[in-house]
Amino acid sequence: MREYSDDEAVDFAIVGTGAGGGTLACKLAEYGFSVVALDAGPYWRPLEDFASDELHQGKLYWTDERIVDGDNPLQLGANNSGKSVGGSTVHFAMVSLRFRPEWFKARTALGYGVDWPIDWREMWTYYQEVEQTLKISGPVRYPWGPPRPRYPYRPHELNAAALVLARGAEALGIEWTPTPLATLSAPRGLAHPCVYRGMCVIGCATNAKQSVLVTWLPRALAAGAEVRDLAMVGRVEHDRSGRAAGVHYFREGQWHFQKARNVVVAGYAIETPRLLLNSATDRFPHGLANSSGLLGRNLMVQSNQAVWGRMDAEIRSYKGPPSLAITEHWNYTDEGKDFFGGYCYMSQGPLPVVWAETLSGQRGLWGQRLLDEMENYNHQVGLKIVGECLPQERNRVTLTDLKDQYGLPVPRVTYSFCDNDRRLIQHSLQFMRTALEAAGARDVWDETDDTCHLNGTARMGDDPSNSVVDADCRCWDIRNLWICDGSVFPTVGGVNPSLTIQAIACRTADRIRALAARGEL
Amino acid sequence: MSHREGQPNLSPRYPGYDVLAKRDSPSWNSQTRRVIDQRLAVGPDTHHFFSDEEWPTVRAVCDRVIPQPQDKHGRVPIAALLDEQLHHSGTEGYRDARLPPMREAWKQAVRALDAESLHFHGRRFHELEALQQDALLSRVQHGDVHDKAWETLPAKTFFEDRMLHDITRLYYGHPTAWNEIGFGGPAAPRGYVRMNFDRRDPWEASEARPGREEQARRENARIGSN
Repeated sequence: MREYSDDEAVDFAIVGTGAGGGTLACKLAEYGFSVVALDAGPYWRPLEDFASDELHQGKLYWTDERIVDGDNPLQLGANNSGKSVGGSTVHFAMVSLRFRPEWFKARTALGYGVDWPIDWREMWTYYQEVEQTLKISGPVRYPWGPPRPRYPYRPHELNAAALVLARGAEALGIEWTPTPLATLSAPRGLAHPCVYRGMCVIGCATNAKQSVLVTWLPRALAAGAEVRDLAMVGRVEHDRSGRAAGVHYFREGQWHFQKARNVVVAGYAIETPRLLLNSATDRFPHGLANSSGLLGRNLMVQSNQAVWGRMDAEIRSYKGPPSLAITEHWNYTDEGKDFFGGYCYMSQGPLPVVWAETLSGQRGLWGQRLLDEMENYNHQVGLKIVGECLPQERNRVTLTDLKDQYGLPVPRVTYSFCDNDRRLIQHSLQFMRTALEAAGARDVWDETDDTCHLNGTARMGDDPSNSVVDADCRCWDIRNLWICDGSVFPTVGGVNPSLTIQAIACRTADRIRALAARGEL
Repeated sequence: MSHREGQPNLSPRYPGYDVLAKRDSPSWNSQTRRVIDQRLAVGPDTHHFFSDEEWPTVRAVCDRVIPQPQDKHGRVPIAALLDEQLHHSGTEGYRDARLPPMREAWKQAVRALDAESLHFHGRRFHELEALQQDALLSRVQHGDVHDKAWETLPAKTFFEDRMLHDITRLYYGHPTAWNEIGFGGPAAPRGYVRMNFDRRDPWEASEARPGREEQARRENARIGSN
């Protein structure tokens, strides 16, 4: 791996190596820019470092203190936050979905939220690039939306949990499909196909999972980028002209300063605003890139409610990727809704620790009742949504007076559902209950309180007064400061965000190359 | 190894299933063996985080949240695992603003449980009968507490977000619990092949459906050699 010294001003210092930062690091290095990508987490070697153990693999998650409040305090850590080179893609569930085209013009086309400054047809090109890069396995014909090319790799075999989803959907007369997944269904180079170990969300130990760690980053290194692990960035510095000059980072017991001609912040929707808020100076007293006052606001999770039941047959949903079947029916159907936005739902495969947490946390079970219910583990089956939550300025990331192990202010994450979010959830629970019962499940119950994913705290837009970055992920206030992760989403849609984050990163790299060629960086 | 001695898994659901029998099979890699060996080596009374004074209360709480017979084979030392976790880490990535930091919350909770117990029964929590302990914990779960020790610790929030969460995850992260629920356990690099309804690989637990208890026992006895 090529290495740069702190005093050598690199073209791009990128903070974070997940779906946004890792992808961008690869593309920019391949375009000939000098790149140092810093990550607070370690650079894992999955074949040697990953155990088949839920508790041990907690080492992949961002477990530093964060305070949560609001009407619906979020669960972070293992739920949605990675601290590893490769970011949350090291433990994501690999679900790789495109946005519905209309969502890029949600306000104009569908009457809610806010429009994106990017056209869906342009995104379609970048989605294809990411799907090819990750060798997404998926169906030949995708049932919803405008035509898309066939997926690079064939769909995976369905497990019993996925077949239950299919049964329910067919009973109700809606379409379903094998889920497009970022795990190999056939060999690729030295990597074997997925062995259906089922522990995707605690880290793939066989490298079948096509995470940023095993796809974009090896390419980035080959193109001359440096990935600097265990490097926690605490502050972005600007020079006297107000342009970003580099980043202060903590590594091996002391603070360092990496000079850079451009700084990209890609820490995901909590660490990104936290870093920029903590970089406040006399010139930018409310944080960098915050003249709109929107930095840290419009935090959007996605609703993640489920229905669970018990089948007479053995399901053993711990086998295979957890979400092998999906329906996006309610993302693409607008009739019969009393809410804005949409949701998909997928089959589920919780491992024992997560399942025990679900039963105790959602139903308050403990003692013999918990032990008895857990004995049904191999017969339980569930359907779970990824649902669109609307942007609200009151949902936000701020800084507290508490300090973490680096001496940096602990963030406060405030979240409350709105009425529309609750109506969407109610609709999904009723529909999924009907589907699960139609598939033969008994003793069906609702999991009403869960969320997933983090987006929206540095939204992109056309107008500096109501957005933090422009369509190129370039901050309006400081033109050599960029934000490239889920933070820039103006709306979240009803699908998992990782594919869209990577597509935006690819687009941003192309825009940077074009701007550089015109001397406009 | 010591965990292979004594009575086998007596769970009626998966009779004779022992996930540890797969320890030397292709379902376990070396890093998994290392991690599980460390977990199995934790003694039931090892504690560094909780004081000797607090310890009997912590053990009693764990025994009620996850009841286990004293002579159970492979009995999970939940309290010791909890102590070890709190000794090594005091955060998990999020904390409800109403609760103190994780370590402080547990210390306060032990004090509050004993205070509540003394308040109503004149004895500490671990000195109560099991039914009294369950009743007291149930009141904590519903926020129905009276001692002033709870003033800085919202009882219901602590019970569900902290106490149940921490205890149940440690139990179901242990091989003994995997045996009881028929979980396949570690699975790298071999993984699984048969994914359809009512299909099991020969290295998965066999369930004692009515009428096939003996068959399940025979299949579970063969798991280590598959």
